[in-house]
Amino acid sequence: MSTSIHKRPLFRGWEVVVGLEVHTQLLTRTKLFCRCDNRFGAPPNTLVCPVCLGHPGTLPVLNEEAVRLGIRAGLAAGCRISPVSTFERKHYFYPDLPKGYQISQYAQPLLTGGSLKIRTDAGEREISIHRMHLEEDAGKNLHAGIPDSSHVDLNRAGVPLLEIVSDPDIHSPDEAVDYLKRLRLLLRTTRVSDGNMEEGSFRCDINLSIRKPGSTVFGTRVEIKNVNSFRFVHKAMVFEIDRQIDAIEAGEKVLLETRLFDPSSGRTKAMRSKEEALDYRYFPEPDIPLLVVSDSMIDSQRRALPELPEQRADRYCAALGVQRADAEVLVAEEELAHYFEEGMERFRSTSKGEESFKKARDRWTSFILSEVLRETNRRGADVLSGPTSVEHAVGLIDRVLSGSLSFSQAKEVYARAIEEKKTPLDLVEESGLVQMSGEDELLALVEAVLSDNPGEVAAYRGGKERLFGFFVGSVMKKSNGKANPEKVNDILKAKLNG
Amino acid sequence: MSNPFFSSLAEFAKGRDSRKFTIEEVARYFMSRTEQLNPSLNVCLSLNENAINRARQLDARLARNGADSPFFGYPIMIKDNLEMEGFPTTCASKILEGYISRRTATSVARLLSLGAIVLGKTNLDEFAMGSSTENSAFGPSKNPWNPTRVPGGSSGGSAAAVAAGLAPLSLGSDTGGSIRQPAAFCGVLGIKPTYGRISRSGLVAFSSSLDQIGPFSGSASDALEALVAMGGRDSLDMTTTERDPGEMRRDFAATRMEETQIGIPEVLFGEGLDPSIRKRLLELREALGGKGAREVPVTLPHSAYGINVYYLVATSEASSNLSRFDGVRYGFRVKNPADLRTMYEETRDAGFGDEVKRRILLGTFALSAGYQEAFYRKARKVQSLIRKDFMEAFQHCDAILTPTSPTPPFAFGEKTGDPLSMYLSDVYTITANLAGLPALSVPVGLDGQGLPVGAHLIGPPWSEGRLLKLAEFISALYPMPLPEVHAGHPTVKGPGDRG
Amino acid sequence: MNLSKSDVLHVARLSALALSEAEVDRIAGELSAILNYVEGLSSVDLSGIPAEEGSRLPTALAEDLPVQSLSTDWALAGAPDRSGPFFQVPRILEEGR
Ligand SMILES: [Mg+2]
Ligand SMILES: [Zn+2]
Repeated sequence: MSTSIHKRPLFRGWEVVVGLEVHTQLLTRTKLFCRCDNRFGAPPNTLVCPVCLGHPGTLPVLNEEAVRLGIRAGLAAGCRISPVSTFERKHYFYPDLPKGYQISQYAQPLLTGGSLKIRTDAGEREISIHRMHLEEDAGKNLHAGIPDSSHVDLNRAGVPLLEIVSDPDIHSPDEAVDYLKRLRLLLRTTRVSDGNMEEGSFRCDINLSIRKPGSTVFGTRVEIKNVNSFRFVHKAMVFEIDRQIDAIEAGEKVLLETRLFDPSSGRTKAMRSKEEALDYRYFPEPDIPLLVVSDSMIDSQRRALPELPEQRADRYCAALGVQRADAEVLVAEEELAHYFEEGMERFRSTSKGEESFKKARDRWTSFILSEVLRETNRRGADVLSGPTSVEHAVGLIDRVLSGSLSFSQAKEVYARAIEEKKTPLDLVEESGLVQMSGEDELLALVEAVLSDNPGEVAAYRGGKERLFGFFVGSVMKKSNGKANPEKVNDILKAKLNG
Repeated sequence: MSNPFFSSLAEFAKGRDSRKFTIEEVARYFMSRTEQLNPSLNVCLSLNENAINRARQLDARLARNGADSPFFGYPIMIKDNLEMEGFPTTCASKILEGYISRRTATSVARLLSLGAIVLGKTNLDEFAMGSSTENSAFGPSKNPWNPTRVPGGSSGGSAAAVAAGLAPLSLGSDTGGSIRQPAAFCGVLGIKPTYGRISRSGLVAFSSSLDQIGPFSGSASDALEALVAMGGRDSLDMTTTERDPGEMRRDFAATRMEETQIGIPEVLFGEGLDPSIRKRLLELREALGGKGAREVPVTLPHSAYGINVYYLVATSEASSNLSRFDGVRYGFRVKNPADLRTMYEETRDAGFGDEVKRRILLGTFALSAGYQEAFYRKARKVQSLIRKDFMEAFQHCDAILTPTSPTPPFAFGEKTGDPLSMYLSDVYTITANLAGLPALSVPVGLDGQGLPVGAHLIGPPWSEGRLLKLAEFISALYPMPLPEVHAGHPTVKGPGDRG
Repeated sequence: MNLSKSDVLHVARLSALALSEAEVDRIAGELSAILNYVEGLSSVDLSGIPAEEGSRLPTALAEDLPVQSLSTDWALAGAPDRSGPFFQVPRILEEGR
């Protein structure tokens, strides 16, 4: 449901209409219709059995956990859960498709409706989700380095997928990427999928067309298949928007076709056209009875639903007083959010009074959003445990709050701690790092700086107040960065203005 | 059918337990009889070389622990679209060349776990598509009553094996009459249970929503025990019932002919029915009345469309089920295909026989864009009306009686030129599959040419026990002679001829 | 309904069946005869009739517990062509689906 007040971004005067189809692998132990391991990275053709190899005489047996996870995802996205849903067969011949058909939910999917709130520079909107359904993944064909033949690995054949189809409600590459990021986060938070894009457990098909603003009919839609990173989604869409605008403005037609994004050139290109007409000949899968979902199954999934990212961000704002923008970043990575919250609990219990808690909250938040976020982006979630676990990081920020360490010292120590795999406080001890907070010590430093720079002192007193920063900097330098900057400020002010 | 050791499963168990004969003797008898007769009958596609060994092991176990099932040591044959781990499954098709099964069909595994011995795998119409066993890549089977006649199909090999006394019991599959029609042609009892009674796991699918496995036997009580042994929920087949298969034994015991209402659909005795078959059936009606059964006229208005519906639903599902035979993972592939597409098309063209290709094409067409509504979907709607007719009829009767086949066993080649006339031979049996109902064929003597005639009983869902009891009553009215193959094979040893 | 040669070729393509020229002609005739017969269904009044469907009992689902898979060699044993641990087919030129 897109709000009409929302202004749609235009591209060279054209409106872009995008629907996204996401295929996400479910976090089950076994495949959708057989009990082979659902696991990435095993040696080729080791996770196979007669069922997923499509041997004669085999029948699909539906995995209960896949149904549960589907329901959970549906509840998280506000979908309607079909009490009765169906499986169909979708036919085509391809070496990675052992039975010659894919079993998928077609006529009546497990989940319909639902929505996801996105936030971009253009504001906040709801993207409506058309449907979500269960289906099986195909195996993998490999071509690289083999001249005349292709190789087939069927480990992935039969792995459970949830296909999530949005309405054509998305109007820019930024919106698409935000939608995908939030969807992935939702699936990860609910433990429905690991959302691992490198391993292909979160893949995206983009349906894109353009039209003149105000038009109510859709332009010819192009499908870009299997894009597997947020960056590529953005690039593919930017390229495709330009390509379609160029074509139409040059008086050509956009063809209804399937294209592939080539990351090396940044372009999309038409897929080699299939020689036969596509006709999937869907019909009801006779080996699988109607999927009848009980109320108790739905209830138990509702109870299993964790706090969702949206709710979590609201709570950070309301209960902790975190800025909206900061809260959004904090909840975007689940482990980071847990790290943040655990730290906040510690500060809550050690802070004396509301003022000191607010101080701690601001320091901790900014420490996480700058230092910790950078390190997790660079090195992964490992930095959230071990020598730089919450406990140790909180200890470090405690030193800053008590004034015995400057914030910049703390940041330095944190970076070194990760590098050297030592706890921050051990490093502080080792290198004798202490913040100079003693009045006498600091007074001596300030006086030395003032007497070294008589010209500047005179200029400042004559009205050039911008020089204050110069004095602070000089004192800090003289202290090798150890001086407590707040106290230096106070003493300098007293000296210069007194 | 007949053998020197026993005349029924129960008698086998008695003889075995009283050491009147050994399991090995029995197994050897059937094996050597098969070796003698198979070259002319072409009933078995493969023999189990381990059967005698297994018999010996079972004898040893019997000596130690005794037997806890009548099937312990009982020799059987299975249609070659049922899987047995480590054995080839051909479906009488070239496309499964070299294929070795990785698992055992649940139905077979349940009999094996009770101690049954699989002697061999029997011939069929390719992928169970046919009514004469002429569509086999390995040549047709012969009817033991008359070698110029077809044994029926598609389970012709299994029916002929029991009729010729190569095994006392065999398994077949029935999608539109493939157990009942050959049972009638070969003069044995054959039953297709209610859809969902027996797991289809390990049965190579022809039409998944219609296929069911069932036994051929000389007697109703043997068939009953086989159904009880094979039936019930299977975690490998989502379409199996939770019902206790033991209910069939209870129903069998509780059935009385005097309390039975037999539904007679007059329309099914209509046009195209061979006069000698009509005569037999009319006699049977009278005889049943004489035993106290009450006749109830029933109407099944939509059954007239049975063949139409069947040849759309079954071929649609078949076109899908047979997609997996693509030359990629197992079975036959043409040599040096030019490219991938050629590999698929030429492999499937060379690997499938004409009838299979015809049905794949028909089914693909019925499902294809622009035609699915007019063909496949329309057929599914009429199918629901056919089922409804039956459910209404069973408000008033316990079983419906018809002939099994409109004609006696026909001659080889008689119908192969005209697929439609072959399809019409399933006219009486097909509706039970479309409605998911249990149905059986029981011999009611011979026609004027000395060929067997079968009577067909259809019952409401889960009424196999009662149907079999009725079949037992009917069998008692029609003592069947033996086909000639039972004479003139004196070299096969019976009990006491140890040497 | 009568099927033309091109209808048969289209259906053969969807079915992945190579048919010879002679086969196409013969099959067009055979399928047309069968279709003309089954079209007898058109005389049934189907307004408001739902298609046949399965039972509405709670579905028996499988527990998510792994069972040992086949070994690679066992899985590949019957393959018409293999290369190391892979099934092997002629080079795939169409890219993805
Ligand atoms: Mg899909
Ligand atoms: Zn598997």
